[in-house]
Amino acid sequence: MSLEPAVWQALGTVLDPELDEPITDLDFVESCTVSPSGEVTVGLRLPTFFCAPNFSFLMVADAYDAVSAVPGVTGAVVSLADHHASAEINGGVAAHAGFVGSFEGEATAELDELRHTFLAKAALAGQDRLARPLVDEGVGPDELAGLTLADVPDSMELRRLRDRRMAIGLPYEDDAPLLIHPDGSRVTAAQVPLHLRRARLQRVGIETNGEYCKSLLKTRYSEEAKARA
Amino acid sequence: MYEKDGEKYFIVDAHSHFWDASKENWVEGKEQFAKGWIDCFYGYHQLGPPETHWDWEKYLKVTPEDFERDMFVEGHVDHAIFQSTYLKEWYKEGFNTVEQNAQLLERWGDKLIVNGRFDPREGDAGLKQLEADAQKYKLKGVKLYTAEWNGDSRGYKLTDPEAYHFLQAAQDLGIKNIHVHKGPTIWPLDKDAFDVADVDHAATDFQGLNFIVEHVGLPRIEDFCFMAVQEPNVYAGLSVVIGGLMHARPKFFAKVMGELLFWVGEDKMTFGSDYNIWTPKWQVEGFVDWQMPDDDQFADYPRLTTASKKKILGLNAAKLYDIPVPQELQLPTSADEAMQPGEELVEDKAGAQA
Repeated sequence: MSLEPAVWQALGTVLDPELDEPITDLDFVESCTVSPSGEVTVGLRLPTFFCAPNFSFLMVADAYDAVSAVPGVTGAVVSLADHHASAEINGGVAAHAGFVGSFEGEATAELDELRHTFLAKAALAGQDRLARPLVDEGVGPDELAGLTLADVPDSMELRRLRDRRMAIGLPYEDDAPLLIHPDGSRVTAAQVPLHLRRARLQRVGIETNGEYCKSLLKTRYSEEAKARA
Repeated sequence: MYEKDGEKYFIVDAHSHFWDASKENWVEGKEQFAKGWIDCFYGYHQLGPPETHWDWEKYLKVTPEDFERDMFVEGHVDHAIFQSTYLKEWYKEGFNTVEQNAQLLERWGDKLIVNGRFDPREGDAGLKQLEADAQKYKLKGVKLYTAEWNGDSRGYKLTDPEAYHFLQAAQDLGIKNIHVHKGPTIWPLDKDAFDVADVDHAATDFQGLNFIVEHVGLPRIEDFCFMAVQEPNVYAGLSVVIGGLMHARPKFFAKVMGELLFWVGEDKMTFGSDYNIWTPKWQVEGFVDWQMPDDDQFADYPRLTTASKKKILGLNAAKLYDIPVPQELQLPTSADEAMQPGEELVEDKAGAQA
């Protein structure tokens, strides 16, 4: 059986940490080939030459880990093209050097804290995605403050929110409140209006970045741009 | 000045450039960075309306005549503020230095303000240069690009002790407007380079300075808004917001404008075309015509009035820079005035209805 679908599925679990979307949906995977012996070669690309090196590193490293974990894969090479730090990132991931080892003298820590920060942002934005339709139906602050995740109909968005919360140690089970502060505590009815303002702003922020990135990627790899290069 | 439907708008383009990204100016051995930088800009350029797109070659460097036409003849701009960005690691004579910008002062000195820059990593020599620039160009503002590469360093924070020396010096020299432009790199590289927490601290510690965060902190508009609501001397520079979203992503433009109007307010937002990433003409005209959509999802965002547009397009920046505005075009704005933070927001007491 061909390994390719499983490899693509694995790549689909890799998120752009800033945009909270899979790199496969974002069209960041330029190529993916699997040799008969199970060697996988993945080429990644990003919207600009100067995309932040820390997030870029995370995507390459996560893609490497995800692909390597697919049963039957015997080896993986993941490389990022057309980026100002391609050499450091590709070399570092291949050598399992970590972020600090890949950017010697430039970094003082691995990227766990950075990842945590962006999962927390995604978990805030997710509250707007789930609560906004309820607000539109006329559900008020008192009721919203009392809702738990079990009260919200199952959806991809709900599962995404649970995943993000679980990853950073926030309450994610059925009895967890729908609206929570960054420390996991329940948002009170009086705090609901401003909390929802914040959650929406967070969502607008992430989604606007996503729109920029998609536009820039499309332009960067357009026929016209290829003709110029 | 721009006139539409009997209303007159005094236009201050608070974020513009006169850059040289021509191949002759690329540093040998660093060509890929010089090209990568301008290619990145060219990507943004293409988010404008197709009829405003230029050839890549032309985009590398415009002439003074291009500048005059695009800004003052066709662009409706009354007054432009040049923001300097050096990038001497990649561009031999710099990408967009004070000296380059100042060449145009001789021709349009009554319509141009040249902002300086500093780099806290340049120590005493940098401080002396800042003093000299401040005297020579009567600086009222500086632009700081925190992701600028300098030797082995990939950037800095405003809270670095050296940066505080420079901010103090700027304040002492009468430079009151600090334009902060975040980029993708920083030291240390494991931190989020776009985080504006350092601006938050600096704005608290330097109450005599105004901090204009360019492209409203994008891609961290949420961090920027949470900060700006608490810091009355923090402003939203709209460069890239109008240019990058109004045409290409109108729905997101409306949302971003709505968020800014709510959290930051119309007295603290300033227009910048980011010339020549884009030309000002279509941005000014489009913004004057723009209205928040009637759709339900935008219902609880503040609305823009003609007066709000006049302030955003020019009167706020004119006040920050003491630019004289003809009497009949003036409107009151609280820009550049000491204010209290948005307390009702900070203390969780109010906000819009859920």
